[in-house]
Amino acid sequence: MNYGAWKKESQRTFWARALLELGRERKDIVVLSADLSTSVKTSVFAEEFPERHFNVGIAEQNMMSIAAGLAASGKTVFASTFAAFGTGRVYDQIRQSIAYPELNVKIVATHAGITVGGDGATHQIVEDIALMRALPNMTVVVPADAPETYLAIRAVADYVGPVYLRMGRVDVPTIASVEDDFELGKATVLRDGDDVTLIGTGVMVSRCLVAADELTKEGIDARVLNMSTIKPLDRDALIKAARDTRAVVTAEEHSVIVGMGAAVAMDLAESAHVPMKRVGIPDVFGESGDSDELMEKYGLTAENIIEATHDVMRRKGGAL
Amino acid sequence: MPKHGQELIARLEDEALKIRRHLIRMIYQAGSGHPGGSLSATDVIAALYFHVLNVDPENPSWEDRDRFVLSKGHACPAWYAALAERGFFPIEELDTLRKIGSRLQGHPDMRKTPGVEASTGSEGQGLSVGIGIALAAKLDRRSHRVYVMVGDGENDCGQTWEAAMAASFFKLDNLCAIVDRNLMQLDGPTKHIMSLEPLADKWKAFGWKVLEIDGHNFKEILKAFDKAESVKGEPTVIIARTLKGKGVSFMEGAVGFHGKAPNEEEYEQAMVELGGEP
Repeated sequence: MNYGAWKKESQRTFWARALLELGRERKDIVVLSADLSTSVKTSVFAEEFPERHFNVGIAEQNMMSIAAGLAASGKTVFASTFAAFGTGRVYDQIRQSIAYPELNVKIVATHAGITVGGDGATHQIVEDIALMRALPNMTVVVPADAPETYLAIRAVADYVGPVYLRMGRVDVPTIASVEDDFELGKATVLRDGDDVTLIGTGVMVSRCLVAADELTKEGIDARVLNMSTIKPLDRDALIKAARDTRAVVTAEEHSVIVGMGAAVAMDLAESAHVPMKRVGIPDVFGESGDSDELMEKYGLTAENIIEATHDVMRRKGGAL
Repeated sequence: MPKHGQELIARLEDEALKIRRHLIRMIYQAGSGHPGGSLSATDVIAALYFHVLNVDPENPSWEDRDRFVLSKGHACPAWYAALAERGFFPIEELDTLRKIGSRLQGHPDMRKTPGVEASTGSEGQGLSVGIGIALAAKLDRRSHRVYVMVGDGENDCGQTWEAAMAASFFKLDNLCAIVDRNLMQLDGPTKHIMSLEPLADKWKAFGWKVLEIDGHNFKEILKAFDKAESVKGEPTVIIARTLKGKGVSFMEGAVGFHGKAPNEEEYEQAMVELGGEP
């Protein structure tokens, strides 16, 4: 499948831009880094507002609890690091210091998933959505592209409470525009259709759109939902899509057993019994490699979404 | 006339005794809790709430208040008793500790309890939270101070030392840590579980002003807090040598009362020793 026609942009650049604007507009914005400020681009904020940026070194536990203290004193805190170190390494600090007291800390994680590439499995966290989704009081956001990342950062800054926002390392195809609306907790219908619903999150949303175009050639009319807020899940949009199209495919750059697809499957099991299939990383660790090659090897392409669609369409026909 | 006169000392001793009676009763009624580490922390907490801290029980979220974070959250019965005696909530409410629907959770919950500044319990996080509060005070050019009590066992935690390093790096002279050096942790004496000495040298090496005191001597406690306030450009740690179970003979130095409630007989004896009515 050819993604060549799409413009690709950096989510990290748009996050840094939104953060810088917020810093200019609001004195309560404080930013924390853990020796990765140039990688996660909080360095852009630090350059203009050195007094409101604190680099704690390679001490993410300390960073998360410091974030809690700042938030308890009325600050809106953005704590940013790689997804692997911003979730698994500090789960207990997020749990006790941030989520339990419902403090206004935004954990902005970059380098999530296998598109990290060459750094390999230690850095390719595929279960961060699961960890954060399991926490009471936590909101989980996975923007689909760079402009949506910008909009989501602006939105989470206005929301009071803990948020986990996840993005990848590589530039991703741009499907939205910064002129669009973004509402926390709302899925957006990017393409209407009646035969099947493809629900994507993050980098997989563009793959869903490519798959939908291909499916048209086979006479399958696919609806595409961008599920950019994974918690709270937009159940209304999900159930409407399931009832309208009677078949659902989910796609995410995350472990299939515990991510967005699992959340969708749980909700559907309790509300709308339609054939569904999850596209995502199987229950395995990743490995080093080129991002695109890894996406292919681990089953995260438009072709994988098309295959999954064929499967749900067969079952939708009654041959369960 | 000495700065901390006999009258003040006598009042603090009286408050500490009340706190000890409350917490023994609370833990006895709850049927679970941590008497040992609560009793060792009591005198420092009494000094904080009845002399050192500038707080307003009528307005617990007053922005310029001094903050206290109990990083060793399991000692919260002492904290709750001090808060109630100081007027943050009714004294009768102390008897709801650990009961369903209570504002007094088994470990501190800042969303439930008036005067509780941080949710703690999982060890090792409180000093970092204190750094965040101290940084916010510096950013806002406010002059309130931040006090964090760290348990002896919390000196085992890596995060405590991440925080120790950062607090001196950020020159947080508005931050004062108190180590409740009762020489014990859940499994036994700290020197047998994970040796900490030379502890003062460790804190010094991390860039802190270190004061070592008897954590049950109010003159020394008050003098140390005064000294800490006068230190500029670096945080201060007060290593308070204390006795686990202080004030109840059979709990003193007894590892068995780290996390166990007294039975009826023990409760009655403890109350007699503390000069209270069982």
